[in-house]
Amino acid sequence: MKYAYFPGCSLSSTGIEYDLSTRETARVLGIDLWEIPEWNCCGASSGHLTDHLLSLALPARNMAIAEEAGLDVAIPCAACYARSKATELAVSNSAEMKQEIEEVIERKYEGKSKARALLDIIANDIQSEDVKNNVQKELKGIKAACYYGCLLVRPLAVGFDDPEDPQSMDNLVKSLGGETVDWAYKTECCGASCPTTMPETGKKMLERIFKSAKDAGANCLVTACPMCLNNLDMRQGQVEKAYSEKYDMPVFYFTELTGLAFGVEPTKLGLNKHFVDAMGLVNEVLKADGGRETA
Amino acid sequence: MKRVGVFVCHCGSNIGGVVDCAKVAETAQDYPGVVYAVDNKYMCSEPGQELIKKAIKEQNLDRVVVASCSPRMHEPTFRRCVESAGMNAYFMEMANIREHCSWVHSAEKDKATEKSCDLVKMAVAKAIMNKPLQKATIPVTDRALVIGGGIAGIQAALDLANAGHVVDVVEKEPSIGGKMAQIDKTFPTLDCSACILTPKMVDASSHPNINLITYSEVEKVDGFVGNFDVTIRKKARSIDMSVCTGCGVCMSKCPSKVDSEFEMNLSKRRAIYTPFPQAIPNKPVIDRDNCTYFKTGKCGICQKVCTLDAIDFTQEDELVVTRYGAIITATGFEQFDHSVYGEYGYGKYPDVITGMHFERLINASGPTMGKIKRPSDGKVPKNVVFIKCVGSRDEAKGKAYCSKTCCMYTAKHATLVTEKIEDSNVYIFYMDVRTGGKGYEEFYNRTREKYAAQYIRGRVSKVFKQGDKLIVRGEDTLLSRAVEIEADMVVLATAMVPQEDASKLAQKIGIGYDKDHFFTEAHPKLAPVETHTQGVYLAGACQGPKDIPESVAQASAAAAKVCGLLSKSEMLTEPIISQVNESICVGCGLCVPICPYKAIDLKTISERDHGNIIERLVADVNGGLCQGCGACTVACRSAALDLKHFTDQQILAEVNALCL
Ligand SMILES: Cc1cc2nc3c(=O)[nH]c(=O)nc-3n(C[C@H](O)[C@H](O)[C@H](O)COP(=O)(O)OP(=O)(O)OC[C@H]3O[C@@H](n4cnc5c(N)ncnc54)[C@H](O)[C@@H]3O)c2cc1C
Ligand code: SF4
Ligand code: SF4
Ligand code: SF4
Ligand code: SF4
Repeated sequence: MKYAYFPGCSLSSTGIEYDLSTRETARVLGIDLWEIPEWNCCGASSGHLTDHLLSLALPARNMAIAEEAGLDVAIPCAACYARSKATELAVSNSAEMKQEIEEVIERKYEGKSKARALLDIIANDIQSEDVKNNVQKELKGIKAACYYGCLLVRPLAVGFDDPEDPQSMDNLVKSLGGETVDWAYKTECCGASCPTTMPETGKKMLERIFKSAKDAGANCLVTACPMCLNNLDMRQGQVEKAYSEKYDMPVFYFTELTGLAFGVEPTKLGLNKHFVDAMGLVNEVLKADGGRETA
Repeated sequence: MKRVGVFVCHCGSNIGGVVDCAKVAETAQDYPGVVYAVDNKYMCSEPGQELIKKAIKEQNLDRVVVASCSPRMHEPTFRRCVESAGMNAYFMEMANIREHCSWVHSAEKDKATEKSCDLVKMAVAKAIMNKPLQKATIPVTDRALVIGGGIAGIQAALDLANAGHVVDVVEKEPSIGGKMAQIDKTFPTLDCSACILTPKMVDASSHPNINLITYSEVEKVDGFVGNFDVTIRKKARSIDMSVCTGCGVCMSKCPSKVDSEFEMNLSKRRAIYTPFPQAIPNKPVIDRDNCTYFKTGKCGICQKVCTLDAIDFTQEDELVVTRYGAIITATGFEQFDHSVYGEYGYGKYPDVITGMHFERLINASGPTMGKIKRPSDGKVPKNVVFIKCVGSRDEAKGKAYCSKTCCMYTAKHATLVTEKIEDSNVYIFYMDVRTGGKGYEEFYNRTREKYAAQYIRGRVSKVFKQGDKLIVRGEDTLLSRAVEIEADMVVLATAMVPQEDASKLAQKIGIGYDKDHFFTEAHPKLAPVETHTQGVYLAGACQGPKDIPESVAQASAAAAKVCGLLSKSEMLTEPIISQVNESICVGCGLCVPICPYKAIDLKTISERDHGNIIERLVADVNGGLCQGCGACTVACRSAALDLKHFTDQQILAEVNALCL
């Protein structure tokens, strides 16, 4: 199984753990990731707030390079995925748009190379049996509130799972031996840039997510988006202070948990790089009696 | 040579303001066959018609061409006119120089005049080729079939029966009554639904002219107006109806309990049951899918306790064929399945219910004896949120149309909550409030003013559980702000949709249905209870969302139409139908599936071929069913089919007149 890999800007900075854990997880699962040479930023929200064509052309260049190599693109970040998928659909649905985009990027892109969310590949393409077979340490003690955010499975045309009650990540965590909780905020917005630009609103949005996860009995949050993780992890302390609450809710990338269950060393996954301490829970999992005989 | 008269109408200034009518008449003088041509201000008026009649006599005309409006408008008028002057009605031909000419070419008067001349020339050529046609008569069976025993079906049956006609009502459920039997009170007067419905149900069951055929469905419809041969499947009831007195002992002793459909699964019924206490007929049926005896061969308690020996496990479905002169379909509606709405919990939260659940919860004979208790834990809800237009007016997930009744029944529900629950709060999320109808707007205003229901204009984006509350998050678009309400119960005003099998039934009967599967009327304004199939009429919500007053009105209208049809023992049929030239038909059968009215069958004929008698298949058009649409004539590769009055020869004569 080989994919073109588009890490996106965040994964070399704030979201470095996502990159590390993605590569480790892929290695164990035998997914060959070919990083797109000289990839450029997908444009994210600034791109499509600036200009429609620009917002489609930026990801199109990356997709075109992947298409030349005959590969579909694996994309960890929810925003990068949404933008790239939007481009793929725009090109597939309109010959005119395709021509316009090709003129701008000075390459051919016919929409043959598909944008794929990494979560979709790992949770849905790969048989849960194959995931289970690679588990060396079941995630005993993990009670995860799987947090998809507002972007990953929406809108319907772009999403790969139920837009209101997605299950991909939940099923994956369960295959890894962890538990998940049923909660109401799995597709709510994390606030994106609100916590920076309008801190009061942003904090309120985050508070509800923490509270709802906690009330549902979760002991950690799991995400598939560097923006979500950033807000949930980095701002958790501020929210706790503002609301005089204690959540103690480590926030993981789903790839970190997958890597952990696959027996990869926590530091290699970047699990020591979180703001809210994750190692405590990680060590509990490692200590718990969830080991499996390896062949 | 035929003697053709041409009559050019000005239609006031409708035609005359654009087309030079005098010039058209003058030009027409020179067309082959024309012996007389004249123009007049209003051909359809009394003097206009007199002019035509006089000319027929004085000029000895044997063909008439009227150049005026669309034949849809006045063809019957002019046909009657020439007929009264002793001419066959089908010798009159119309040239449409209004809709097809003056109205669309008002900017180009000269060209419009030229085109009118051409249209007249074609009509003259065709008129010369026209053949005299005669209307035939067919017998009419004085018996009507009503499909569906809801309020619409009951009303139609009563009206017909009172007019002296025999009516059979086929109802698929064990009892008649339909949705109205489930409803508690009715807007806008809040009179109790059962109190106004059950007397009608009793009237229907005791009327000497009405036969109720419950727990039955229509299997097949053959024949045509006046003579429909309908096969009805009477499902095995497992009860001998002639013996059972409806004492109900069996029902009280039956050990197998299942969700009651009538109670919207809010309570249980037995495997042997009547859907509700006032059911008509008030005799039970055994639901074989859930009866222990039918599943395992053991039990038979009902049989043991029935002192009259009315239980009959050996009964089988029975098929009966009956001939009817007319059919009224009154199959009503179902509620939209809101489980497509993930934002409202996909139907997973027990306290997110539909309007019909609410009707049962508030009904004194319902599962909670009329106390509003929420399904999950039986608590009395304090905060009740209503969400309107669920599945209606939503092309993304539901239907494009407005369901018309839900604004009113939600207002009704709101008043009932406030009346029954002290200190309750009612919130209603709406897009628009649509309360057209007598006394309706006043009712809605009372709901807001006297009952203090809080109307919030906006959509709900999400309903989710928090503890034992349902959080309803939405937008108040009038105040431009997000709102969140802690609700104890949420009631969805779900769309009215046709019965799931509506399209199948329509295909059986041979009537049309729209994209949403509501049955289609013949004309949205001028023939709202007729269908395109003669002898089949519509009543109630099967034709589109309707409340009770509208359903009843339409039912009576349909009954009046049927009375008209059944009042004579014979009826005239339109002679413009398809005909088969058997000598060139090869019996390929291509035309059979093409006919939308199932009017063509293949039949075997014997003929002499070189001294031998041979048998072969040919198409056979049923004159009673054929509506003259012409679809078959173009499908036939042998050109064996021709539509009378629009024969190939007649059409070619028109083309030749224009082009040669
Ligand atoms: C929650 C709710 C509240 C309402 N409240 C009011 C109100 O207060 N006032 C008001 O005016 N209106 C109200 N209405 C609207 C009202 O229910 C309808 O106007 C009315 O029921 C329509 O009558 P109907 O006979 O056309 O259809 P239905 O009542 O649906 O009856 C149709 C009948 O046909 C039967 N049937 C269906 N298919 C077949 C078949 N293939 N063969 C044989 N039988 C078949 C069905 O079993 C049923 O008995 C309400 C509707 C809802 C959903
Ligand atoms: S035989 Fe069937 S219907 Fe009769 S009592 Fe037993 S379960 Fe009920
Ligand atoms: S009647 Fe009212 S609630 Fe029902 S669909 Fe129409 S607008 Fe919506
Ligand atoms: S003219 Fe139309 S209705 Fe008549 S037989 Fe042909 S297809 Fe059927
Ligand atoms: S009428 Fe024409 S289409 Fe129909 S069976 Fe005869 S040859 Fe075939």
